[in-house]
Amino acid sequence: MTNGAAERPQHGYSYLDAASSEPLHPAARDVLLAALEQGYADPRRLHGPARNARLLLDNAREVVAQSLGVRRDEVTFTPSGTHAVHLGLLGLAEARRRIGRVVVHSAVEHQSVHHAAQWWGEPSVVGVDHLGRVDLASFAAAAGQDGVAVAALQSANHEVGTDQPVDDLGLPDDVPLFVDACASMGRDPLPQRWSALAGSAHKWGGPAGVGVLLVWKGTRWRSPFPGDDRIDERTTGFENVAGALAAAAALQAVVAERAEVNARQRELIDLVRARVAHIPDVDVVGDPDDRLPHLVTFSCLYVDGEALVTGLDRLGLGVASGSACTASTLEPSHVLAAMGALTHGNVRLALTRDTTRAEVERLLDALPEVVAKIRAEAGL
Amino acid sequence: MTAPAHTLDCRGKACPLPVIELGRHVGDVEVGQLIAVAATDPAARVDVPAWARMRGQEYVGEETADDGVPLYVVRRLS
Repeated sequence: MTNGAAERPQHGYSYLDAASSEPLHPAARDVLLAALEQGYADPRRLHGPARNARLLLDNAREVVAQSLGVRRDEVTFTPSGTHAVHLGLLGLAEARRRIGRVVVHSAVEHQSVHHAAQWWGEPSVVGVDHLGRVDLASFAAAAGQDGVAVAALQSANHEVGTDQPVDDLGLPDDVPLFVDACASMGRDPLPQRWSALAGSAHKWGGPAGVGVLLVWKGTRWRSPFPGDDRIDERTTGFENVAGALAAAAALQAVVAERAEVNARQRELIDLVRARVAHIPDVDVVGDPDDRLPHLVTFSCLYVDGEALVTGLDRLGLGVASGSACTASTLEPSHVLAAMGALTHGNVRLALTRDTTRAEVERLLDALPEVVAKIRAEAGL
Repeated sequence: MTAPAHTLDCRGKACPLPVIELGRHVGDVEVGQLIAVAATDPAARVDVPAWARMRGQEYVGEETADDGVPLYVVRRLS
């Protein structure tokens, strides 16, 4: 395991946005290059190169299944995490089209869930508390309505890190549960219960362009989109064989090292939460304990989010923001809004697997002055 | 509701300017009096209540100005 800043391609720059995309895991790099050489052929064909490609794809499926503790035939590779969300959520819903069109989901789901629910049916949105955790009683009540096709709850929130009580949900027996696990897959074990579940490889250190869809054995699932005649009945298009194998290799490595990495990241995030709280007028959001190991979000009063992100970038610190001025839509983060958290001056910090304490301390040392300067420019 | 003692016109101003204006001018009203912000910025709907919580002021609620623009009303407590 490497831990040195010297290996970073951009010397001196600290990339602290792993929740948007984790850098490729070293275990995936060699696998990706070898698989690009070996896995180019169409895995459906019967010749030698095709058999090689098929073997690599089957191997990827096996490794993902083992790493996640699920059955091989429950695993489907998709072209992205978003596509896995669409297929998982809407495939469950489509199988129950005759029962109703209501899609129950929390207010803090990823945009892909919000958009898919709106596109397919009638969203029934359940609120969250100030930590971003869904209200169990409200969720149960919404799922118990007539005409519910599917219910959806994320494993953990992608913006603020709060874990969701997926295993404590009270759902009617016939209502299937979709779990968006894109933020947590590889980092934390899967929830115990789900009918379908989605993950995204570039969030755990696999390559972009690979999503994982799990459909629980025996669950009724029907494609919401036109079908195809590929190896896997649940997805369409030519398989990204090399990407899937590299994603599997990264997942296996991340699961193997997560006890150590999570403990280290958890401690660093605790440090950030404690230190940032000392800056005047800062709202540190999300659950301090029941959360993803690697990320924290906070908002600074009277501070322009774009100025904050670009100010930190100039110092070689790359962070994300949920503030409206940093979004293409100019709308504030729907997650922060649902929690009643301050949306402007927002920073989301997400550690990569080899982020060092020194890098985190450099951010913490720089932050008060960057914030104070922006406030001073605003006349406050 | 009684009329606010002071209303800040933040129409067309993007976040975080409406909240910055509120921070600057909350002292213009007496403790116990109301101050309102007229803002077209969608973030103000979330950020004015969050500002009140963080600064120990009371968020009273949302009203609508004559031109249809939302008015966010706050009571100065300190």
